[in-house]
Amino acid sequence: MAADGGDGMTGEVAVLGAGMHPWGKWGRNFVDYGVAAARAALGDAGLEWRDVASIVGADTVRGGYPGYVAGATFARALGWQGARVASVYAACASGAQAVAAARAQILAGLADVVLVVGADAAPKGFFRPAGGDRPDDPDWLRFRVLGATNPTYFGLYARRRMAVHGDTVEDFAQVKVKNSALGALNPYARYRKRVSADEVAASAVVADPLRLLDICATSDGGAALVLSSLEFARRRGVAEPVRIRAVSTVTPRYPNTVLDLPDIATDSAAAAEPAAETFRASIARAAYEEAGLGPEDLSLAEVYDLSTALELQWYEDLGLCGEGEGAKLLREGATAPGGRIPVNTSGGLASFGEAVPAQAIAQVCELTWQLRGDAGDRQVEHARVGITANQGLFGHGSAVIAVR
Amino acid sequence: MPRTHTPVVAGWFTGDGDDFTLLGTRCSACTSVFFPREDGWCRNPGCAGGDLAEIPLSRRGRVWSYTDSRYRPPSPYVTDPELPWEPHTLIAVELAAERMVVLGQAAPGVTAADLTVGAEVEVVPGVLHEDGETVWTTWQWRPTGVTA
Ligand SMILES: [Zn+2]
Repeated sequence: MAADGGDGMTGEVAVLGAGMHPWGKWGRNFVDYGVAAARAALGDAGLEWRDVASIVGADTVRGGYPGYVAGATFARALGWQGARVASVYAACASGAQAVAAARAQILAGLADVVLVVGADAAPKGFFRPAGGDRPDDPDWLRFRVLGATNPTYFGLYARRRMAVHGDTVEDFAQVKVKNSALGALNPYARYRKRVSADEVAASAVVADPLRLLDICATSDGGAALVLSSLEFARRRGVAEPVRIRAVSTVTPRYPNTVLDLPDIATDSAAAAEPAAETFRASIARAAYEEAGLGPEDLSLAEVYDLSTALELQWYEDLGLCGEGEGAKLLREGATAPGGRIPVNTSGGLASFGEAVPAQAIAQVCELTWQLRGDAGDRQVEHARVGITANQGLFGHGSAVIAVR
Repeated sequence: MPRTHTPVVAGWFTGDGDDFTLLGTRCSACTSVFFPREDGWCRNPGCAGGDLAEIPLSRRGRVWSYTDSRYRPPSPYVTDPELPWEPHTLIAVELAAERMVVLGQAAPGVTAADLTVGAEVEVVPGVLHEDGETVWTTWQWRPTGVTA
């Protein structure tokens, strides 16, 4: 693999450190979780905060003004030391945007070492839109006009899969069974108890056909990465660092014909033919193209299982199997530990619950530990290539490919 | 004093009974259709931009998918906290002529068990909620009885 970014490929950056604050409902300010994660990542990298030339924060919309300027908020909490700062927001894809911004600075020679941090303190119950009457805001409208919570969209996707691909609620439950078993092995996960298919079936329906245990919770948590140039890593004596080889932050193409959160309708394909692939599939393809790799090269994948059914959709969008074959891939055990392509070895959102700006960074933390062979009981043997995938509200693609 | 009937969003639907339709806009240059309506500019990147004129959307379509909301949604959805929550059904409907999917609540009494993907539904006027002065109106989807 061309580590110097030759052959027309984008250059790589090294992951020197990864750190997290455990997910949960801790009831503290998001800054606490971000600082703890940042210190853990710096410790993992063997670096001091003063060694960091730039900090990129993934914003939270639930922490007041400090949340909108997360980069500076974390920098101040760690102690002002003059680092360059940026703050980014892209809903669930905020973490990938932060990684992308950090990578661009490193590859442009603007900074040798960049700290990426995301953290959130989540509300109880459903995510809700920001306050006030905002009839021009699709996110406000879908609540006001339809009472369409996030889980109702997950319910629509799940029912559609059942009708078109023959998935069953038992298939969906098996995703939870798999992910909860992995989460039980992850000290950073919020839910560390194995869940049985019977327990899923006995939980309350939230949005037909999905039950409480099919749908991810909202959590507090924080995650951080220390990224550097390959040259800096070499100088530090890190001979074989985990390297980020691709970051996909693509947007949809008109007409977007899959009903996406928070929209009330899709684009119309009456006048313009839709692209052959869906937006979600294009997120992964862009990452594969940038990395010069394909799904056949993967050792593992971390995908955004907002619901159990959505994990199956990602299998297809990542090209791990053909369209409609996600449930079959799961039933075969291919995505379980020891399978051909283990998915969500961290335990996924099923075990973490979503801490929005931290989540995409946490996905890269898991890849980092897996590729270094540091994932303990969750370790995928001979892991060499991993991908993360995720989609943020309002058209934000998010995928990272890391290699070692 | 009689209460006024006010659309929950102005300009998204019009008419009564069999004349009730959703309202979108269509670009005069490329014929792209938009719902919710775009009045400022055409969002087709391949279009140089045309005038956007209001058009009624197809009254009938096929169920793309459906679900329900078993728990009370948060504000700004308006509910009476004094009353027990009655789940409502949501239907995503594929309109053939417009080649788009439009989400809506199902007409009262329609549950997920009454629906199948591909079944035909039609748009009907409905009431979202009422308060002292106002009956807030909306659109709803109702099965026609024609199956997939
Ligand atoms: Zn146009």
